[in-house]
Amino acid sequence: MKKLKYALFTGCTAKQSTPEQMMSTMAVADKLGIELVELTEASCCGASHLQDYDEFLSLVLNARNIAYAEQKGLTMVTICNTCQLNTAMTKHKLDNDEALKAKVNEKLAEVGLEYKGTSAITHFLYAIIDDFGLDKIKEMVVTPLSQFNIAPFYGCHNIRPSELQNETHNSKENPYNPTSLDDLIIACGGKNVDYEEKNKCCGFHVELQAPHTAAVLTGNAIAGAMDGDADMMVTPCPLCHLKLDTQTAHASEAIGRDVELPVLHMQQMVGLALGCSPAELGLNHHLAKVDFV
Amino acid sequence: MSTEHKITTQQVNFKVFRFNADEDYLPYYEDYNMEVTSEEVVLDILNRIKWDHDGSFSYRRSCRHGICGACAIKVNGRSTLACKESMNDMVDLFGSELVIEPLSKKRAIKDMIIDKADFWEKHAAVTPYLVADIDENPESENLVSPEDADKLDEADLCIQCGACHYACPVVEINEDFFGPAAFAAAYRFGADVRDSADSRLADVNEEKQGVWDCVKCFECAEACPKDINPIAKITKLHQMAFQEGIAKNNVAVRHAVGFKKSIAKNGVLDEGGLVLYSEGPSIVKHIPVALRMFSKGKIVPPWGITKSDNLDEIKKLVKSSSTAKF
Ligand code: SF4
Ligand code: SF4
Ligand code: SF4
Ligand code: FES
Repeated sequence: MKKLKYALFTGCTAKQSTPEQMMSTMAVADKLGIELVELTEASCCGASHLQDYDEFLSLVLNARNIAYAEQKGLTMVTICNTCQLNTAMTKHKLDNDEALKAKVNEKLAEVGLEYKGTSAITHFLYAIIDDFGLDKIKEMVVTPLSQFNIAPFYGCHNIRPSELQNETHNSKENPYNPTSLDDLIIACGGKNVDYEEKNKCCGFHVELQAPHTAAVLTGNAIAGAMDGDADMMVTPCPLCHLKLDTQTAHASEAIGRDVELPVLHMQQMVGLALGCSPAELGLNHHLAKVDFV
Repeated sequence: MSTEHKITTQQVNFKVFRFNADEDYLPYYEDYNMEVTSEEVVLDILNRIKWDHDGSFSYRRSCRHGICGACAIKVNGRSTLACKESMNDMVDLFGSELVIEPLSKKRAIKDMIIDKADFWEKHAAVTPYLVADIDENPESENLVSPEDADKLDEADLCIQCGACHYACPVVEINEDFFGPAAFAAAYRFGADVRDSADSRLADVNEEKQGVWDCVKCFECAEACPKDINPIAKITKLHQMAFQEGIAKNNVAVRHAVGFKKSIAKNGVLDEGGLVLYSEGPSIVKHIPVALRMFSKGKIVPPWGITKSDNLDEIKKLVKSSSTAKF
């Protein structure tokens, strides 16, 4: 197989509050022999909030990020659900509206850039499933996670709106019954936990303005996984991770029940199965202790 | 390809939610095993349960053409219009075990029939009609140009079925929240050039009930059988609040505006700085968690942030491409 190579859009979280996600992404890419070229020029995607204030600015900035991936002639890979949605939504809008694309390009021309629409954009989860292949990952597993019940938490912005999401990857996902992360858990030798909240929202985006709503959603998600007898949760989204890992005190208070589970980034889970060390995967950066390794 | 249309059949097991608020203490599920043809829609199945199995089985339907909005229910957790949804598609999506439930189990009155009072109250609260001075003796028609009609972005196609409302997680937690259908209605009239209502946009910008409490989960976009995409309308209502200059100086609004400030400064986000700008003095409530995060290496101080390369480009674009003010 030709060596896989992508332009990596890290997003802001992996560089700040979830350093372990950055570490584990690089560690896993290394194990799988995937080359990730970091888009160090990229700005924040606006995290689904900037467009509430200034949609055009949000489009221009996201188009600029994509333009850098295009310059390198590479598919853009994201490691955050919200980055994925914002970037893919921008691409969808520009690719389907010539006039809008021209308006955005007029601005980009001021800094010598152009959005062409030549790079695909996909989340790392789907890149390793579609392009690398679950079977090959399975073959490479050295430490099967066979003693563990693992609860997948998909995160909204990777599965909804499904029409847009399913444009960005081959494995078609049913937002009411997603399977990609379950399949990855199984490929790593773990047992996937089925529970009602796996495709629900963690509440991250209203944590500041509606803390009660946010805390109830987080609490329900962890409680659902615990009731499914999960030893840990796993998510492809660093924002979901932050919510599930660091906000357990508020969540417990909001739903009147103590909830906490180790929460792994999808990359950390794969890394463990492939034999990466806990230090390489940054397992010491979690608030909810990861004490099973 | 053959143009011949083949009708296929297959066995499907339906687990159907049953409840009669007058008699039952708790709801229960009844199984119906049926042969289903590829021609049928979900409403045909509801009819057959009633006609062939149990005459007391209750559900709402009227137009049978996807227009009245009465027949919305959930199949395997997915909101759908029973009269439009093909059984074939349902089996493709979920296999041959299908769970049939009302839109909201906790609001069930009898089987599929729910009490939609909260939906209608919230709908009524957004002034869901045109407010305009009407000339009672017009000399000509009141024309709307195609461009102006396009601004409604098909929000006028909403049939008030409630599918999005009862798919919204915030509606379930925050009883003041107007919900996606009411917001779509607010947008539909707010974006109409003939409208001159003065309080609607302010009402949907109030804390707790308004658009700022939407968690951006896209459940409503996924659920809507008319492709209204309510969250896209919610985004537009946010933008209108800035355009009309009525966005309040509160944590939610500063949070959205804060992204631009941060990007203009660093390209990337300054996570701590954003929380500080959004919360103001209330930031103290985040200190306990922040300290724990700091001890685990999860907080980068402002001077430690790796700024984007070619930051001058970003600064230039933020200047030249900004279209909103706060
Ligand atoms: S699941 Fe959480 S972080 Fe992910 S998109 Fe929903 S609110 Fe955002
Ligand atoms: S996107 Fe907002 S309005 Fe739509 S379902 Fe989610 S929380 Fe409700
Ligand atoms: S927006 Fe769509 S789902 Fe919501 S009430 Fe209207 S038609 Fe139904
Ligand atoms: S019966 Fe009227 S919409 Fe289905």
